[in-house]
Amino acid sequence: MIASLPAAFLIILPLLLILARLLKFLPENNNDAITRLTEDLDRILPQTQCRQCGYDGCEPYARAVAKGTVALNLCVPGGSATERGIARILGREPATSTNKEAHDADPQIAVIDAARCIGCVKCIRACPVDAILGAAKQVHAVLPGLCTGCGLCLPPCPVDCISLAASPRINRHFGWTKPGRLRSPRPSA
Amino acid sequence: MNRVLHDFPGGLKLPTGKELSDRLPSLLHPLPERLYLPLHQHVGHPAMPCVRVGDKVRKGQLIAGAREYVSVPVHASTSGRILTIGDYPVPHPAEFKAPCIVIEADGLDEWHDIEPSPDYAATDPADLQRVIHHCGIVGLGGAGFPTHVKLGEGFENAVELLIINGVECEPYITCDDRLIQEKADYIIAGARMIAHAVQARQCVIAIEDDMPEARQALVTALDGDDIELVAVPTRYPAGGEKQLIRTLTGRDVPVGGLPIDIGIVIQNVATAAAVYRAVTRGEPLISRYVTITGAIENPRNLQVLLGTPVRDCVEKCGHRSFSESRIILGGPMMGMQVNHPYIPIVKTTNCVLIQQRESLPPELPCIKCGRCSEVCPAGLMPQRLYHAALRDDFGQAVDRHLFECIECGLCAYVCPSRIPLVRYFRYAKTQINNKERQLQTAQDLRERFLAKQQRDRQDARSSPSAPEAAQDDKRAYLKEAISRSRSRRERIRHQHDPDEKPGDD
Ligand code: SF4
Ligand code: SF4
Ligand code: SF4
Ligand code: SF4
Ligand code: SF4
Repeated sequence: MIASLPAAFLIILPLLLILARLLKFLPENNNDAITRLTEDLDRILPQTQCRQCGYDGCEPYARAVAKGTVALNLCVPGGSATERGIARILGREPATSTNKEAHDADPQIAVIDAARCIGCVKCIRACPVDAILGAAKQVHAVLPGLCTGCGLCLPPCPVDCISLAASPRINRHFGWTKPGRLRSPRPSA
Repeated sequence: MNRVLHDFPGGLKLPTGKELSDRLPSLLHPLPERLYLPLHQHVGHPAMPCVRVGDKVRKGQLIAGAREYVSVPVHASTSGRILTIGDYPVPHPAEFKAPCIVIEADGLDEWHDIEPSPDYAATDPADLQRVIHHCGIVGLGGAGFPTHVKLGEGFENAVELLIINGVECEPYITCDDRLIQEKADYIIAGARMIAHAVQARQCVIAIEDDMPEARQALVTALDGDDIELVAVPTRYPAGGEKQLIRTLTGRDVPVGGLPIDIGIVIQNVATAAAVYRAVTRGEPLISRYVTITGAIENPRNLQVLLGTPVRDCVEKCGHRSFSESRIILGGPMMGMQVNHPYIPIVKTTNCVLIQQRESLPPELPCIKCGRCSEVCPAGLMPQRLYHAALRDDFGQAVDRHLFECIECGLCAYVCPSRIPLVRYFRYAKTQINNKERQLQTAQDLRERFLAKQQRDRQDARSSPSAPEAAQDDKRAYLKEAISRSRSRRERIRHQHDPDEKPGDD
């Protein structure tokens, strides 16, 4: 009995060590999983970065969804199509959707009135995708190819010289319509 | 002429309608009052204007430069004054307005100083490509791909065969035929220059076997055995790049690939003539042959300055009543209908076809007769593609090689149910391309957002707030600037509407 004690110990010790390792790694594995899931989810979000979901942008919302704490239908620009996409990734049914179809509004971009801009840099700080060019005390300008039209730069401007206008990009994103069917008029929100 | 010719799948002999315009010599179209030169007449990035409103320009002067490699410059087609730079209707299926430089002609047609390149055969191929780039030359067969890019790709790879394409297979169009008859020597010289620019081992000029006069002109002008002349059987679309390559070599361009992948460069005859002018005289591309034909009094080929309104050309050929006719740019099979007679002739406009307006009976369901598959030169099954496009099943359409469709229009031409098949295919293609572009943009935005977040986090950690005094300075500056901006706004508002009540925005 006394002789077998150390022997038993010798067998149990490695097992204990393995268990300890596993315990140590478990949370990290879980983090990895969340990071991966966040990335997958983020890839199907519209990347408008508009914060209408209540998070600081698409990636933060994706992270919250990945952690499983929030509803799947909070992204406004994405609408129910995005919600379905999220549900598919999570292997869940989309909630009986309270979300509207993505509103297919004409894309907009921000335009700065150069005559009034005072170069305070506030809009640059607000823009989530660095779509505004300018330096302190210089007139600022929006890069039309990058602006998502999220509107986040509008409120911080102390002289209200930024407005949203129809995106000139629609010129380049020309699409032939389906023959035989008139394009249905856009629902007004 | 002893090359063994091969057959391509599908195709059809179509009534040509070429007799309307191929007999008479081309006419020099008179100088219009105004020229509308779009900045984007080619595949790639638009050119950037380098003149200002009011500037005097001379014929051949650079007015918009190419900033990127895949872009070409635009030159003034005549001398005059820059009237405006703004959005005007351009040849586009959706009738978009796009940026154009408008020149008011001064009637002198005075040339800018141009300079011929030294003997091309002694020039480095890369320099020759540069000359072609600077002269604004694009593929004049219709696609408008910048020529120097194609030649550059050719030079990088070993070019076995250069094909100069004079196979003008689409009905009604005769501008290349006339050009060959009138400028065969330019084409041959241009072909040699292109061959030098890509260091091609062989060169073939291909025409159709129903162009005897053109053939004669080339035979007469050809003074050497470095260029082979081949007449291919007349069958639409024998002049399509892939079809012509197949006919001449028996080889297929790989799916999704380019002719250069099998060592072939293909250029249109008009492009060769433009290269000749560019190299021997330094003349940029400012005019072209255009066939004006169809339901009009005097169908004819015109030599037109780029930027000339379509309406001028059509009226010149005796057409008046625009309300009863349709204007098609290009031929009846692949052309695009436009409604605006003021759009300009651009680098890629080969034909203006006038047709009577007629109301077509509606399309009927597909009866699976299979005729469309029989004629498809790309070996596709158009009815399957159609069903996929109808259901918006784009994955299926791509699997069935939608992007191999050259939009030749034969399937729709033979369809007994009058289904506008090509329009369905264009619809599906643009949907797929736009989707892809959206995904790419979203990916860029995602990266920018993540980068910005990271930067913000770092800033928050590392920089303590600025000293009090500096903050005060900043506040004072802001306060002062804001009030300045406000008063400027008020002033502007008063100037515009003096009675507008304050407060409504
Ligand atoms: S609402 Fe949608 S688009 Fe806007 S930030 Fe949230 S996830 Fe992104
Ligand atoms: S410029 Fe304004 S509207 Fe455009 S992305 Fe930036 S914050 Fe949003
Ligand atoms: S916030 Fe307004 S005033 Fe300040 S830099 Fe931006 S546009 Fe100009
Ligand atoms: S030709 Fe028209 S009706 Fe016949 S199979 Fe093709 S699409 Fe259908
Ligand atoms: S339009 Fe496209 S699908 Fe139809 S016959 Fe031509 S290549 Fe084939």
